[in-house]
Amino acid sequence: MDYLLIQVLNGVQLGLLMFLLAAGLTLTFGIMDLVNLAHGSLYMIGAYIAWTFVTWTDSFVLGALLALPATFALGVAVEAVVMRRLYARDHLDQVLATFGLILFFNELVRVIWGPAGKSIAVPPFLSHTIEILPGVPYPAYRFALIVVGAAVALLLAWLVARTRLGMLIRAGASNRRMIAALGVNIELLFSLVFGLGAVFAGLAGLMAAPISSVKIGMGDDILILAFVIIVIGGIGSIKGAFVAAMVVGQIDIVGRAFLPELLKTFMPPASASAAAPAISQVAIYIVMAGVLVWRPTGLFGQRA
Amino acid sequence: MKTGLLGVATIAALGLGLRPVWAQESVKIGFVSTFSGPQAAIGEDMRRSVELALEHLGGKMGGKKIEVVYEDDQFKPDVGKARSEKLVQQDKVNFIAGYIWSNVLLASLKTVTDEGDTILISANAGPSQIAGELCNKNFFSTSWNNDQTPMAMGDYLNTKGVKSLYVVGPNYAAGKDMLAGVKRTYKGKLLGEDYTKWPDQLDFSAELTKIAAAKPEGIFIFYPGAHGVQFVKQWAQSGLNKTVPLYQVFSIDAITLPQQGDLALGTLGAQEWVNDLPNEANKKYVADFKKKHGVYPSYYGAQSYDAIMLMASAAEALKGDLSNKDKVRAEMKKANFKSVRGDFKFNTNQFPIQNFYIQETVKDPQGMMTVKTIATAVTAAKDPYFEKCPMK
Amino acid sequence: MSEPLLSPRVLVTALLLAVLAALPLLTQAFDQRYLLSVGTRIVIWSIAAVSLNIILGYGGLVSFGHAAFFGIGGYAVGILSAEGIQNGWVQWPVALAASILWAALVGALSLRTRGVYFIMITLAFAQLVYYLASGLEAYGGDDGLNISRSRFPGLLDLRDKATFYWLCFALLCASLWFCGRLAHSRFGAVLRGARSNELRMQALGFPVFRYRLVACIVAGALGGLAGILLANEGAYVSPAMMSWVKSGDLIVIVVLGGIGVRFGPLYGAVAFFALEELLKPALDLMHKGWGEYWQIVFGPLLVLIALYARGGIASLLGFRRA
Repeated sequence: MDYLLIQVLNGVQLGLLMFLLAAGLTLTFGIMDLVNLAHGSLYMIGAYIAWTFVTWTDSFVLGALLALPATFALGVAVEAVVMRRLYARDHLDQVLATFGLILFFNELVRVIWGPAGKSIAVPPFLSHTIEILPGVPYPAYRFALIVVGAAVALLLAWLVARTRLGMLIRAGASNRRMIAALGVNIELLFSLVFGLGAVFAGLAGLMAAPISSVKIGMGDDILILAFVIIVIGGIGSIKGAFVAAMVVGQIDIVGRAFLPELLKTFMPPASASAAAPAISQVAIYIVMAGVLVWRPTGLFGQRA
Repeated sequence: MKTGLLGVATIAALGLGLRPVWAQESVKIGFVSTFSGPQAAIGEDMRRSVELALEHLGGKMGGKKIEVVYEDDQFKPDVGKARSEKLVQQDKVNFIAGYIWSNVLLASLKTVTDEGDTILISANAGPSQIAGELCNKNFFSTSWNNDQTPMAMGDYLNTKGVKSLYVVGPNYAAGKDMLAGVKRTYKGKLLGEDYTKWPDQLDFSAELTKIAAAKPEGIFIFYPGAHGVQFVKQWAQSGLNKTVPLYQVFSIDAITLPQQGDLALGTLGAQEWVNDLPNEANKKYVADFKKKHGVYPSYYGAQSYDAIMLMASAAEALKGDLSNKDKVRAEMKKANFKSVRGDFKFNTNQFPIQNFYIQETVKDPQGMMTVKTIATAVTAAKDPYFEKCPMK
Repeated sequence: MSEPLLSPRVLVTALLLAVLAALPLLTQAFDQRYLLSVGTRIVIWSIAAVSLNIILGYGGLVSFGHAAFFGIGGYAVGILSAEGIQNGWVQWPVALAASILWAALVGALSLRTRGVYFIMITLAFAQLVYYLASGLEAYGGDDGLNISRSRFPGLLDLRDKATFYWLCFALLCASLWFCGRLAHSRFGAVLRGARSNELRMQALGFPVFRYRLVACIVAGALGGLAGILLANEGAYVSPAMMSWVKSGDLIVIVVLGGIGVRFGPLYGAVAFFALEELLKPALDLMHKGWGEYWQIVFGPLLVLIALYARGGIASLLGFRRA
């Protein structure tokens, strides 16, 4: 029972991390109709900037607090230089340009920070384990990941449901021309939303850094996963991204934690331990394909 | 139209055909490794060691100037193959060395050894196919076969009396080889075996939770480069470092240690070379590397350094005349050079017959993370595939 | 079709084709064997890009999983070769049939979706094959599989580089010709019509879904052919040949060359590989050591092309999208 609880918690934590990354992507996609492959680069650069500030201030929290506005500024700059020119283009031009940006950012990081990876230590006040149940330890930092992820989810839910910005975001996701007709300063709104997306990506990067490694190309593989999530959830839907991230997190954990045992009940052990990782590796793609065949615009999506 | 072009081509051919046969003034070496992307740090370490070898040789072998052309495989087999092709066909190198990854090496192998009839020295990758049925007279290794290092670890675990083990590695070919290797020699109880996604798994919480529940006496891992950093960090953060010791191959080294830091202290690993092996060649190599770069070299670097020294031994013996490939191969086969791992012989498949050591992660007197030898796991070990190699 | 015979695009295209046709002779004459290897890859990738151009360019369907056909065509050859069947007359038809089957299956399921959802569902299917191949331990798994080239006894020796190149080039010419015919046929007109207005085509009574499915199958067969050639070129197959990055490269090539233009894929592939081969030495020439960072130039170049050269290289030459 304890084992089950911890594994579920692992899935929640992984899902929330994915949600942080997917939230920014679905925002920019939904409101600006922009396919931004370079979202993973923002995740990477967020982590690198955080490393620089954490090393400089010698404090994780302080470094993180400095890194977030910096990623926001970077996001706004990228929007002004490149993205702004892409909104009116078809998705293919956007794919080409943002693919180019990935190559650029990966090399830029190598020039600035060198080829060796960087490491951010878990802040001392979170480096212990806490007992979530008597005798069941859980790393405190992972718990912090859950708290931050949940807080961001709530913040976003409030932002989208209760504020003027949220109203514009919702309007934009369903009908872009309408918000222009409302006399809103579109340029400013788009800058803001893109910057916000960059902040979420950077936050995901810096929160992931202590459990992983800050390295070149760290955003490239995870980007695909983020796209899978927003597509399952329905593009532009924060709620969809949240649900999908949670589902993907749990599928991932189930595939790794329970599938081998499950397969062993009806397969010889040798083939079960060979098949399980293969199945868990493709599980989310099968789920995505299944969802799209069943609902061609994702779980909560409105338009293609 | 076509006849016109043919004419042009013929004239050009005549013009160029009059050039004298190219007299070789230098020894050209191609070096293929990963210089961009997440694993670029490994390539950098190898390049530094190659440069150091050149310095130690005075920039010459067999009286001829050495030229090295570095090519980036981008961690992709097809790119590695194309780059190797370029080195053979355009740069017309005498030797090609490098290759971190099994799949890049396997993709490039035939282009270099068969079509190009060029000598290839793997300074890292050692897939079992090449040790066995794909062995080639033009292929030499200054590293090992994949299975050997984990087999040495398994032997050591037996002597140490570790009664139960949980093994984890990435779900790709070398990962499976490594886990198969340790299982081949380890005699205790195997409590679990997990293969994780490759190359994009970020989180190991599910596996660590399973390990905690299985309560083994040891964990064995194989996670090269950046992935080793991730696993070791998460293992330590989960609190398992207090209860279950970590035994590893290729997961904690001079490249990953700056990131793993104190978290890796006390872990044990197996390796055919350690920076404190007490031979003269090694002392010089490590001391000069540290002086130049301020960090320890890794085994990737040591193997690259040896690859250059192996070429130099052949070039010296032949006084710089590398035109007769049979003679070059015969000289190389003698392994007549001072390897930083100590002297070794080549087996029939041209993989080294060598010792494997157990190393512990420690802090040096200056407080820098490093590894030191604590035991010899096996001596004069041969890989388990050489009998499948048709070369005798 | 009343085009002046000496317009730049005709000239450039004719010159390009002539150089490609004579490449083995040229490379031999100038002792540049490596250029022939690059040329072979360019030609094979062009075939794959022509195939993608059918669904992406004419059909407006962005497939982000096209590299899967490299893998399916390649692995069919590879697995048969590993099982001791070297005869090309067996290998190639099996590989093509496998590609067609896969295209039909993926097409039937994916065509229910639109836009970005189509991009992602095709990616999902490609990832499926990718991981399947990685799990094929009997055939090398992630390490891939070294194979020997297909045999066509008495007809062709594919181990001869020039012969193999000319075979690839002939197949490229055939696909370009076929693609041109397709674009100007009734079939092509319906595809293009559906690209700009699906509802209208449906209202006109065209079974758009079926037309698109056929387009997917045709593209799949051509993609599989490119896979067969790629496996033979490297005498090696591995899951890496169908990673999503390769699918991305294919899209880049098609967009770079000019979407929906018959010769676009060829321009794209030539430019893509030429940049890859030339940027590095060019930067090294400027300053020793810079070459390694060539992607820092290549990346922004792609951005600039996307921003300012709409319609890719073809549009610079004066082609219009079919």
